[in-house]
Amino acid sequence: MAARALINVPPKARRGEIISIRALISHEMETGFRPNATGQLIPRNIIKEFVCTYNGVEIFRAELFPAVSANPYIAFTTRATESGTITMTWTGDNGFSATESVAIAVE
Amino acid sequence: MAEPIPVETTRRRFLIGATGLAGGMALVTMLPPGRAAATPEATRTAIKAVVGSAPLRKGRIKMELPPLVENGNAVPLQITAESPMTDADHVKAIHVFTEKNPQPNVVSFQIGPRAGTVNISTRMRLADTQIVTAIAEMSDGTFWSDEVEVVVTLAACLEEI
Repeated sequence: MAARALINVPPKARRGEIISIRALISHEMETGFRPNATGQLIPRNIIKEFVCTYNGVEIFRAELFPAVSANPYIAFTTRATESGTITMTWTGDNGFSATESVAIAVE
Repeated sequence: MAEPIPVETTRRRFLIGATGLAGGMALVTMLPPGRAAATPEATRTAIKAVVGSAPLRKGRIKMELPPLVENGNAVPLQITAESPMTDADHVKAIHVFTEKNPQPNVVSFQIGPRAGTVNISTRMRLADTQIVTAIAEMSDGTFWSDEVEVVVTLAACLEEI
């Protein structure tokens, strides 16, 4: 299943400005603690890691546990240093992986 | 979907439940804030794994959670911290813990001076009325925490039971 990811980064920023980055991805984040109709636990299926890089340099990383809500939403800040690409990668159980990139122009 | 659970709500049972709830809430409001000793063992162990032997102090980090949550499946939280966020003095990481979820860890963020400021938002699950703890790890090796008590009316995680 292809995951739908929504990322929000301002397309333009002044050099040195603190910008807000928001990332949302569709994922059930099955906790592994819930029983199904027959009483067996539904196996865990979560996103375990979120990494954001700015022109290849890591600026933010999150380790996620089952207590993060379904469709994980993460908002954070970074300083706009140079024009380039901001890339976000989510990885998780069952080989889950999703990547989104967005360009930012810094003047 | 799940079958409806055959629960017979008699007037007596309802009243017993309501009395218990009211009593519980009165107890909660009477408790002094910041009772670290009440933190369950698993949460203390998880916090210890992050903090180690360093002292954990109150302050410099602020976590905002709604005090009353109707649905524990998606509770918004916002974390801010007081830090100049320079190369010499910045927040390295932020960790969030719960005391009554099935697992104490919620999320850990690794940040650095490039963040410019600390302002992180996400959404979490809460299985019960409980205290949520946020811990900031500073570049100088100190740890600072904030605790918020949240009352949950519909719990997450175990809703199929």
